[in-house]
Amino acid sequence: MTEKANNLSCADFQAQLPDLIGSGEDISLHPHLQSCDLCRALLADLETIADAARKLFPIEEPPDEVWEHIESALKHEKPTEA
Amino acid sequence: MPYSKAPMKSADPAPPQAGGKSTQPASTSATYRPAAIPNPAEADALARAQAGDHHAFEQLYSLHKRRIYSLCLRMVGNIAEAEDLTQEAFLQLHRKIATFRGDSAFSTWLHRLAINVVLMQLRRKGLPVISLDEAMEPAPEERPGRSFGAPDLTLSGAIDRLALQRAIDDLPAGYRLIFVLHDIEGYEHNEIASMLDCSIGNSKSQLHKARLKLRDALRTQSRQEARR
Repeated sequence: MTEKANNLSCADFQAQLPDLIGSGEDISLHPHLQSCDLCRALLADLETIADAARKLFPIEEPPDEVWEHIESALKHEKPTEA
Repeated sequence: MPYSKAPMKSADPAPPQAGGKSTQPASTSATYRPAAIPNPAEADALARAQAGDHHAFEQLYSLHKRRIYSLCLRMVGNIAEAEDLTQEAFLQLHRKIATFRGDSAFSTWLHRLAINVVLMQLRRKGLPVISLDEAMEPAPEERPGRSFGAPDLTLSGAIDRLALQRAIDDLPAGYRLIFVLHDIEGYEHNEIASMLDCSIGNSKSQLHKARLKLRDALRTQSRQEARR
């Protein structure tokens, strides 16, 4: 990280956040975060939300009836234009 | 504090037959990366389904049903509606499968098709979603502002499940879609950009706005509860 990064305002840092997070790099060492409680808290919150959301929505299995309905509907449809 | 990546796409690791009977040994792979790793079983079933083989189409259903159903469920939050949307997505797939030319991963193409089915349903319900483009560009009044404010209400620790569910349900459909695809389903931004016909930068930006909006909603709720 550069000295320029250290002098970022919160607005500038947060404008860069989508790209910083999307880079997959560990941004906890970003100079701005070393000195800004506000943005550090923001990042912690975003991480907590994403983690909680993953736990909230497990992959679900559709009931067998869904395929039965699809099969039934296909019988009444025209053949595909293969 | 490395920003944790979403879990990899983990759906359908051991695709059973549509009726529940297994057609092949359970995969030992814990993850499924449709765009990155071509699935030989899928490629074979796809080719045969495109030629009109009904059993092959059933195999494709088995391979993708959980992820498509889960996507629908996460988007509409209603089991009966998610079942109907899953059914409609696969009927659309059956109608259009011959047009798939392999320009993108099949699962990406199928997800895009399913997303369109979901967005059409949201439009029918009167929600402010007209097209993918509009879903990606919520109205100005829906845009969350920058997240300045006192850091006295960080969410670190436990987040109430119901509060989070409500906050996600309240997201505008475009934000919810990006959030579900990236943070819950584990798609990368380049895959989402391909699915939604948008730029990678747009995908990143919309996801960030969605997260900020969720944070604002949860913080607001925390404040309200603190006052009680």
